[in-house]
This record gives sequence, structure tokens and C-alpha cells, in this order.
Amino acid sequence: MTYAVRIVLPAHLKKLARVSGEVTVEVAPPVTHRSLLDALEARHPTLRGTIRDHRTLKRRPFVRFFACEQDLSHDPPDTPLPDAVVDGAEPYLVVGAMAGG
Amino acid sequence: MSGVRVLVGTRKGAFILTADGKRERWDVSGPHFAGWEIYHVKGSPVDPNRIWASQTSGWFGQQVQRSDDGGTTWEPVGNEFAYDGVPGTHQWYDGTAHPWEFARVWHLEPSLTDPETVYAGVEDAALFRSRDGGKSWHELSGLRKHGSGPNWQPGAGGMCLHTILLDPKNPRRIFIAISAAGAFRSDDAGETWQPINRGLKSEGIPDPDAEVGHCVHRIAQHPARPEVLYMQKHWDVMRSDDGGDSWREVSGNLPSDFGFPIDVHAHEPETVYVVPIKSDSEHFPPDGRLRVYRSRSGGNEWQALTEGLPQRDCYVNVLRDAMAVDRLDSCGIYFGTTGGQVYASPDGGDHWTAIVRDLPPVLSVEVQTLP
Repeated sequence: MTYAVRIVLPAHLKKLARVSGEVTVEVAPPVTHRSLLDALEARHPTLRGTIRDHRTLKRRPFVRFFACEQDLSHDPPDTPLPDAVVDGAEPYLVVGAMAGG
Repeated sequence: MSGVRVLVGTRKGAFILTADGKRERWDVSGPHFAGWEIYHVKGSPVDPNRIWASQTSGWFGQQVQRSDDGGTTWEPVGNEFAYDGVPGTHQWYDGTAHPWEFARVWHLEPSLTDPETVYAGVEDAALFRSRDGGKSWHELSGLRKHGSGPNWQPGAGGMCLHTILLDPKNPRRIFIAISAAGAFRSDDAGETWQPINRGLKSEGIPDPDAEVGHCVHRIAQHPARPEVLYMQKHWDVMRSDDGGDSWREVSGNLPSDFGFPIDVHAHEPETVYVVPIKSDSEHFPPDGRLRVYRSRSGGNEWQALTEGLPQRDCYVNVLRDAMAVDRLDSCGIYFGTTGGQVYASPDGGDHWTAIVRDLPPVLSVEVQTLP
């Protein structure tokens, strides 16, 4: 069984991945930051290294993860995502942090 | 009719400027990769339709883009630059040991003979090579592991490997330069390296003639005489006639010997171009007058080239990778400014016009001479 999880990417990453609108990826449980981003990068390999470091898989400093009006950026990678994200009611937002000009 | 393609990297995207051999009417395409910093764009000398671009962002990291149709369409290729082994430390600004961390690709140097091979100079300073069209990158770690590596420290712009010169007569010889470690040479295709900084003097380091630690801004060579190197250092314009084994100063009558770019005329190996900048803190032309200086004697005697360049109230900078020459019979010279202008001279520097005036700050300029 897998879950269809909706992801909203920032404009630059949509362009890089050559997608428009939301991306939906199939994720096997447990649905966590790590498993969701693994699935996203498997489907869109050009996103490798843009959200997480290639080797350490740590979130890049100016990338944030939001969902259900919560900032989930500081969750450990294996934290389960909210039910509303897992069941597709709410999207998982990858956000370029407000910084610079 | 032959023509030129000028490849411009800027703070907010890449632009491609094309003209026929007269170089009077220009078509401008771009921005490509809008919103990203494009540190460098350079075409393969083997296949001019193959062009490489370094695309980078503080948010989303490094991309390398490749075009196989002269810049009309692009494909992202490999973007993983992993240092070989445990990278160790270099000096930080405060003198503490700082781990080597990849930040971005400053310079891409395509092979002179193989369109699948390209070199990348990165920050923190290291040299990478791809032999599979950019899919994968492998560090030539003999450079970073040279014994002086732990003593290298960043210049104000970061600890970047910004210059890569491939010797057209000796395929095993490579020159590179790092701010602020200095110049290095390999004579075994990148396996081992030696510093080539003898004769450089830098007052900003504790030992002015140390083996490493010099802030070399740019090195240029003429393909017919690759043993002759010209260097714009932080301060001082330098020349070597022995492949970097020794250097002598050729700043001569320049109004300031601080600057960033340096380049050599396509057909005259003793004709050299620099853009003097007032000082290390005042990064603009002396007296607000944008002047390219040309030496036709390999240095020491310099002539100001001003026709068509702003001669009052001009306070732009010209960065280290932002000057290039074409190879047409009447050699064209090109440079871009931090004010967004790209200037061209189709006659070796005697007359200048702005191809474009209002781009984002220009980081790099390269030129392809097309058949």
C-alpha cells in the first residue's frame, strides 16, 4: 500500500524539475520527511542536492518544510508527517526561506 | 560568414549575445536560468554547440547545465561535488581551522580535445573533472592534498579555485589559481601539483614572498606560447616566461596595479589587457574613468584605451572572469561590469561600444568564435 502525497515546490525547483502546479508522489508507509523526499528525488533526480545535501541528506539551510500551517523544518527526518498530509488533504510545502534580495 | 557568441554569466541569470563577424548588430537571448547566479558559462573548443554553465543559489545549491545546441536548450547534468576522502581543514578568516565545504563552481574549463571532459574549479578550493559529459565529477585531490592545503585561507570572495589553464602544447600540464593560496601547476595531468609563486610579493601576508598565501586574481596565456603566463594579482601585474617557475612584475606605468581580469590578444602573444581598479577596498576605476589598459610589449608599458568607455562618474568593477577575446582576424575584446554593461571592441581595444547596458551584475564573459 502507498499514499499519494501532494508536494508544493518553490518556483525555481518546479522549473528545474520541469513541472507545473503540485507534484504528487506515491510513498510507502511510514510517511516521513525522509521517505517523502526520497520518493520525490527518485521521481525527479534533478532535485537531488537542491533540498537536502547529497551525502548527509540534511536540509539545506535556506529551505523550509511547512504543512498544516506548521513549520516542520526542525523535525528529525524520520518524524511521521501529519495525517492530513499522508491522506492528501493537505500538501507538504517545500519553501525557499525569506532571505537575501 | 563567421561570427561570435558571447556567453555572459550574471547574478540573476545567463545571457547569450550573438553577432556576425562585423560585430555591429547583436541579438540578445536570456535570461537563461533566471534568478540563479551564473558564475561561468563556457563552450567546448572541440564542439562549439556544447556549452557548460555553472548555476548556483544560496537556497538550492549547485547545478551544472549543459547545452548541445549552442545554448538554445539546456539539460541539468551531475551536481554532486564530493571531496575525495576526509577533506580536512583550511584556515578560516580568524585563523582557526575550518572544514573544507563545497559552496559552488566558479569556473568550468572544457577539455581542448574531448567534448565529454570538463574541469570545474570550486569553492572551497578544489579541482574536479568529469569525463562523462558532466554526469559525474571526481576530485583531482592531489591539489588539495598538497602539503600546504591546511594553510590556505579564503579571500574576501571565498576560497575559490577560479582559474584553470590547459596547456595546448602539453596535454599533461595544467595551471590553476586559488584566492588566496596562489598559483599551482601539474605536469602529470592533475595527479600531483606544485606551487608556482616564486617572485610574487604580497604585503598583506606575514611573509611577503611565502610559497603560498598569495591572492592571485587571474592568470592568462596565449595558446601559441603557453609557457608565458600573465597574472593579475590582488596588487601587481606579473609575468612568467618559464611556466610559472619564476615571476617578475610588469605593472609599469599603470595608474593602479590592482584589478581582477587579464587577457591576451588572440594573434599577438605580447599584447595584454587589464582593467585597473583603484584599490582593494575601492573596487572601481581610478578617477571614475573606465579604462582598459593595453601593453603591446608583454607588460611594463601600458596605453589607456578609452574611446567609447565612460570617462566620468563611472564606479563599476570588472570581475576576474569577466573579460575574453575572440579569434577573428581583427581580434575582438569583451568585458562585463558589475553595473550590467558588456562592452565590445572589434578592433583590439581601440574603439568600444556597449552591447548591452542593463543586465544584472556581470560575473563572467566568454566568447566563442564561430565558423
